Amino acid sequence: MEFLGEVAAWFSDPASWEGRNSIPLRLWEHVSLSATALALGVLIALPIGLAIGHSGRGARAAVAITNIGRAIPSLGWLGMVLPITLVLFERGGLGFLPALIALVALAIPPIVTNTYAGLREVDRELIDAARGMGMGERRILTAVEVPIALPVILAGVRSSAVQVVATATLAAVVAGGTLGDFILQGIFVRDLPRVFGAALMVAVLALATEGLFALLQRLATSPGLRAATDVGRTS
Amino acid sequence: MTPQARPGGAVVTFEHVTKRYGPPGVPPAVDDLSLAIPAGEICVLVGPSGCGKTTTMRMINRLAEPTAGRITIDGQDVRDLSAVELRRGIGYVIQQVGLFPHLTVGENVAIVPRLLRWPEPRIRERVEELLELVGLEPGAYRARYPASLSGGERQRVGVARALAADPPVMLMDEPFGAVDPILRDRLQNELLRLQAKVGKTIVFVTHDVDEAIKMADRVAILRRGGVLAQFDTPEAILSAPASEFVEHFVGADRGLKRLSLAKVRDLQLIQPLIVRVGEPRVEVRRRMEVDGTGYALLVDAADRPLGWVDSAELAADGTLTEEEATPGAPPLQPETTLRDALSTLLGSSVQLGVVTDERDRVLGLLSVDAISEVLRPDATAPRS
Ligand SMILES: Nc1ncnc2c1ncn2[C@@H]1O[C@H](COP(=O)(O)OP(=O)(O)O)[C@@H](O)[C@H]1O
Ligand SMILES: [Mg+2]
Repeated sequence: MEFLGEVAAWFSDPASWEGRNSIPLRLWEHVSLSATALALGVLIALPIGLAIGHSGRGARAAVAITNIGRAIPSLGWLGMVLPITLVLFERGGLGFLPALIALVALAIPPIVTNTYAGLREVDRELIDAARGMGMGERRILTAVEVPIALPVILAGVRSSAVQVVATATLAAVVAGGTLGDFILQGIFVRDLPRVFGAALMVAVLALATEGLFALLQRLATSPGLRAATDVGRTS
Repeated sequence: MTPQARPGGAVVTFEHVTKRYGPPGVPPAVDDLSLAIPAGEICVLVGPSGCGKTTTMRMINRLAEPTAGRITIDGQDVRDLSAVELRRGIGYVIQQVGLFPHLTVGENVAIVPRLLRWPEPRIRERVEELLELVGLEPGAYRARYPASLSGGERQRVGVARALAADPPVMLMDEPFGAVDPILRDRLQNELLRLQAKVGKTIVFVTHDVDEAIKMADRVAILRRGGVLAQFDTPEAILSAPASEFVEHFVGADRGLKRLSLAKVRDLQLIQPLIVRVGEPRVEVRRRMEVDGTGYALLVDAADRPLGWVDSAELAADGTLTEEEATPGAPPLQPETTLRDALSTLLGSSVQLGVVTDERDRVLGLLSVDAISEVLRPDATAPRS
């Protein structure tokens, strides 16, 4: 109880809310780093997933990416990518760049594999029907495959987003900043309420991200696809 | 078969068409096929599984490209147009229907008109017209999604979608292959009724000889390796099979199959005594005494048959209710073949079947006796 009081005290201390080490600043760093990493991840992963999903070529590579993505926990990712980027950019003052690269690398596999899997799951008959009615390949992709696979694709984006938000905490180790900074500071000065408060914020942020993407997924899914699972097929 | 002006269709010809999937030496899927399908006719491609029916059909809209030979529609080589343009002008229906689950019924039907960039008001009008044409009330169906439709409704939407841009040619690959026999019969009848209105050239693939005989103006029987065994009217195929293969494929019961050439509407129907839900029983009893048959057909307010009422079981007073009808055999339709009608009646162990029109209203009764008249050896199958 006393401990929770100290956590509350940290949150209510005006000093926590201003200056170069404030909660809003760290929160902003955390969110903007995560959002940038996710956006870049989507930008890279989506075309790759769409290309192999539509053509069916490169499936082997997709499976390999899945397996790597699944086998290595996110902490491991960061642990691997960080030293590499640090070696590659052997100068100081890189800011968030190494962390950003690590987070983008983390975001890519779930989006590629879900996009690929989502497109492959689209009934071949539907694609045959689309082609037979005179849709071009690009239109088949945008008007048939993607809308039908959208829930699965967005599920991939969602799991990337949550992982990125959680892992962005570790950016503090290399670059300083993000909510992870409070955790490092707290450990360093043995201020456990601060560690706890920051960890709590990361958890809430991850949950909010999860919720936001779940909502997005719902809104972007055609009611016809929802009905297919609710009502079941009648024939 | 009287030659009719059928403005809706186009002539489709195959000229020495061969299709190989494998290298030369491996037997081709379609071998040197030549045939001319007259405009406005239903040509059924039939044959054992793997004999090249689907491949033959898919070469018309270039989902498969011939290895050799030429296919024309109204004299124009199908390769003159881009594949995409060509396909927008040919209706396409597959067995699983292929309705897009993320689009509403209306959006599914509007696909080809949208590809053709019709103005929206025209598309809306056309969707309305097509849904009505296939017997789906536009107000009730336009905004629904395929997942909420029955198998039969989906089939109808699939046909409406294929007809959307009024193509002269329709390709249908085992369109009724996945539905139960009673529904299949109904959908076949609907398609024949529809075809009487639209007069398309329909290339229809099936592996079912009975379906072929029922649907076809002309049947193309293929044998393995994509060789054309016979291309003729159903009558000619039944009465003069060109080879042992055809004779065997058509089956030993050719006599019985000839029943498939005649439809319920070719026979004289019996007019039953019809009584309505809500009619006073006293009045019903009086009418039944006058009629003398001892039974009457109970219909609802929309003239749809509910079943039979027996004078012996009729209560003394009050009015007729729906519950007292004893259901008979499933209703027959004017387009039902005599063969299917006979099996429906025998299957339900009844002597009389109720014939209904496309709105399920009673047209009359068909008796097993009337059908067996047709079966007598000296009788010739009537053909409309
Ligand atoms: N895309 C394809 N690639 C290779 N072989 C095929 C392909 N499509 C069909 N075939 C072969 O061609 C033959 C005819 O097939 P198909 O036209 O589907 O027959 P049907 O529709 O009469 O059952 C079969 O032997 C089948 O295995
Ligand atoms: Mg086939």
